[in-house]
Amino acid sequence: MHKLLEINHCKKNFGAVEVLTDLSLSVEKSQVLSIIGPSGSGKSTLLRCATMLETMDGGDLIYDGLYAARDQGGKAVYAEPAQLQKVRNMFGLVFQNFNLFPHYSVLKNVMEAPMLVQKRARKEVQEEAMDLLNQMGLADKATAYPYQLSGGQQQRVSIARALAMNPKILFFDEPTSALDPELTGEILRVIRGLAEKKMTMVIVTHEMSFARDVSDQVVFMNGGLIVEQGRPEEVIDHPTQERTIQFLRRMREQ
Amino acid sequence: MISQLFSDIGSIWSKYGTVYLNGIANTLLLSVVATLIGCLIGFICGILQTIPCLPQDPFPKRFLLRLIRILIRVYVEVFRGTPMILQAVFIYYGVPYFFGVVFKNIWTVSIIVVSINTGAYMAESVRGGIMSIDPGQFEGAKAIGMNHFQTMVYVVLPQTLRNIMPQIGNNYIINVKDTSVMFIIGFQDFFAVHKMVSGAVFKYFPSAFLEMGGYLFLTLVASFLLRKLEKKLEGKSDYELVNTDQLVMTAGTYSYPGDPPYDEKNRDFKGDPS
Repeated sequence: MHKLLEINHCKKNFGAVEVLTDLSLSVEKSQVLSIIGPSGSGKSTLLRCATMLETMDGGDLIYDGLYAARDQGGKAVYAEPAQLQKVRNMFGLVFQNFNLFPHYSVLKNVMEAPMLVQKRARKEVQEEAMDLLNQMGLADKATAYPYQLSGGQQQRVSIARALAMNPKILFFDEPTSALDPELTGEILRVIRGLAEKKMTMVIVTHEMSFARDVSDQVVFMNGGLIVEQGRPEEVIDHPTQERTIQFLRRMREQ
Repeated sequence: MISQLFSDIGSIWSKYGTVYLNGIANTLLLSVVATLIGCLIGFICGILQTIPCLPQDPFPKRFLLRLIRILIRVYVEVFRGTPMILQAVFIYYGVPYFFGVVFKNIWTVSIIVVSINTGAYMAESVRGGIMSIDPGQFEGAKAIGMNHFQTMVYVVLPQTLRNIMPQIGNNYIINVKDTSVMFIIGFQDFFAVHKMVSGAVFKYFPSAFLEMGGYLFLTLVASFLLRKLEKKLEGKSDYELVNTDQLVMTAGTYSYPGDPPYDEKNRDFKGDPS
């Protein structure tokens, strides 16, 4: 199989607190990986390390065979800026709080990166952006500003913004946590649609039933470690580890 | 008394009206140009000061960044901490003293002095403005592959500009008044006209009265126009509005209450998450 993302022996400390301890995982092309676990388990940090918003203290980070960081004697050594930029162009990231640019219209939010970073022609980018907004059901909101949209609509814009870069792999950091339950559904539908189109995705989520439906692989994290990993039927329906069973029971009680 | 005052002002004005108007024009031109250049200096300092300095960067880069920060700090403290009238004298006589070049045009040296002075204040305003932008905006820009310069120019500074608009206005109004100290090196501003005219006709109070009215008029008009400009900037992108909906955490305006976004730094996290 074709590995798009590989993390080997990732270590991360915040001061004296060890947040990730020797953590490895890989994602294959067209695979959807969900990361679940309690607050403070390190899943967001793992995502932030994978997307280079945080630097790992130790370990390898490899995108499609290209090294972003290489472990040398227990320390992560990052590649030179040009290569990191290449790696950055391979993935997109959707935040919990959208982080749209409030001073730009919806269309400009989507067009900004392809034009500035990839230096593509305006006309071509605009056509693609309108196409993406159409897919997200937001074609009529192209000239609106983020504050005029609902949370769900803003999150769809931010998904369109990430897709505009034509990423090979898309990360979601709790994409529905800032939304009320009514708006959660529309985002999950969009992500499901992307999964059907064979988009490679890594999703940190608290939506268990969604994770079971959409993922090829589920990782349960606790205390900076992967406790259990496997197909969703295994991890979510028939967990074997005590900590996983306990967590899933508590999730179900809510 | 009052009629005497107005007839005095009338006689001064009929004789020196154009001189006063010329002074006003000079004051306005100097303060507008110097405020704009000062803003530019402020924004450049703001960008330079906020280049991230990471422990894994190579030593020369970290050294350079530290040096830049120290130099900007020194610049701000020196020019914010000394009177502009002294700075004018210092530069006007200091440059020929050290470099042997005499300023041929009084405009050059005046613009330099007031710009540098304004820049020192603006550097701090811009720094504060940048710090007030939601960290999510930096991450959002980074996630779509923007470098520091692009992030600053296209994402952070436009929002900063809107936030510090009142301070820019404030600086402009201060400059309208404070360019009056440039008479010390012979700049013919509005106040310099007062010195000249009152010295010629010995009517100190009527001229001062005229000046008071003139300056107040200039600053009031500036206040009014700045308010209009602020309104206009708000009109199209009033992203503060979104805060009214408490249910929806909105683009870019959501700030984490106290703790950083990632759960490991949460106040509940004590090292053992279970």
